[in-house]
Amino acid sequence: MLIIGERINSSRKSIAGAISAGDEAFIQKEAKLQAEAGASYIDVNAAAFVGEEIERLKWVIGAVQEVTDLPLCIDSPDPGAIRAVLPMVNKPPMINSITLEPDRLERILPLVVQYRAKVVGLCQSEEIMAESTDAKVELAGRLVEKVTGAGIPLDDLYIDPLVYPLGTSATSAQSTLEAIERIMKDFPGVHTTCGLTNVSHGLPARKLVNRTFLSACIIRGLDSAIMDPTDKLLYGALKAAVMITGRDDFCMDFIHAFRAGLIE
Amino acid sequence: MSEIIEQIKSIVVAGKHKEIEKIVKAGLDANIDPGAIINDGLIAAMDIVGKKFGSGEIYVPEMLVAAATMKKGLEIIKPLLTGDASQPKGTILMGTVKGDLHDIGKNLVIMMLEGAGFKVVDLGVDLSVDKVVEKVREIKPDLLGLSALLTTTMPEMQKVIVMIREQGLRDSVKIMVGGAPVDSRFAEKIGADGYGKDAADAVQLAKKLIGIN
Repeated sequence: MLIIGERINSSRKSIAGAISAGDEAFIQKEAKLQAEAGASYIDVNAAAFVGEEIERLKWVIGAVQEVTDLPLCIDSPDPGAIRAVLPMVNKPPMINSITLEPDRLERILPLVVQYRAKVVGLCQSEEIMAESTDAKVELAGRLVEKVTGAGIPLDDLYIDPLVYPLGTSATSAQSTLEAIERIMKDFPGVHTTCGLTNVSHGLPARKLVNRTFLSACIIRGLDSAIMDPTDKLLYGALKAAVMITGRDDFCMDFIHAFRAGLIE
Repeated sequence: MSEIIEQIKSIVVAGKHKEIEKIVKAGLDANIDPGAIINDGLIAAMDIVGKKFGSGEIYVPEMLVAAATMKKGLEIIKPLLTGDASQPKGTILMGTVKGDLHDIGKNLVIMMLEGAGFKVVDLGVDLSVDKVVEKVREIKPDLLGLSALLTTTMPEMQKVIVMIREQGLRDSVKIMVGGAPVDSRFAEKIGADGYGKDAADAVQLAKKLIGIN
């Protein structure tokens, strides 16, 4: 299970504040907390700083790399920003994200090749953001074609089938769950990942909804998540679901996470 | 008589969509003015729903089911309306700007605006500047609502406003903006007339900008 720690995102007020104030210690603490909690990649995002994203993102990357050896997940809506920061990244990163929009693909895929990066592929084209299971699977197939066509190993592609708020569509999560199962079956070797918080938008007890959704996704085959690993209940749901689906030999991972106080 | 209107109101607020048809028909049978059922019953109910949502007392699905209930009631009455009561409170054009396919927030806003008695024309998503301007010219709305969910598409809102000004249409239409990365400072900076932070807020803003209540 590959965990992308999502906390250093400028859409969060505390992070935007720390970036504005140049509070290195705050950002570094966020990075360390996630590394200790079990993150595989640390997501870095400064997209809220329109017009100065590149310089802010470079600052964040510098701060994070001082305190952790974990690879980074470079998260930006702007391919230009991604290209600008990649030279300063220490380890082969993950790039978050591509869609099927031709301009985005053309600009980012060569970077994935050049930096031997992993890449998150959203089930989104120029025309649609996939909502139905069929649309998600169809766009996933096209992502697989584009990525492998560029000479990138399938093992480096993490498909995000997208999830919509249950609050506005009661079957939205079901479409995502079915898509995960079909994508993992139809394209052996590819990975699936997902952000969790969108599913609970507009509902009470959001964390409960998020972790139940994560468990369900893992049970259908999800093998990566964009999440907050410091949330012990969420991380616990993940570890338990991985174990339940037979992906944790002798249940060792679960037991170790429990002993280390990482799960509840 | 007013008792039935109160009942209609509380049924919409509670989102009891299976009960609305019966009570609205009972109101009509009791010769209550259809316009009163709409304004004092259905629309007044959605006003309460909007306020409850704005204060965090109710959740998105509760707002949705209330709006669906309201709509069901409205469909029974609409054919019976004549004159003033059938006139919308104003026409609002809504859409998501170029490069942005997000429509969930916009659709919630549209639903609440309709619930408040406005006529809403939904232009959809990924709208070019030219398309929006063409529609403003053609439909002549009182108000234009622009939505963007991405930091990368926010600047499109400004482009629309600039073009509307260049085309000499700015004085004939109010403009409101919204979406996750948008705030009131940004709205002011790009020359919009206002910013709605959620669907309920957008309704209050629309009323203010169009000049009702």
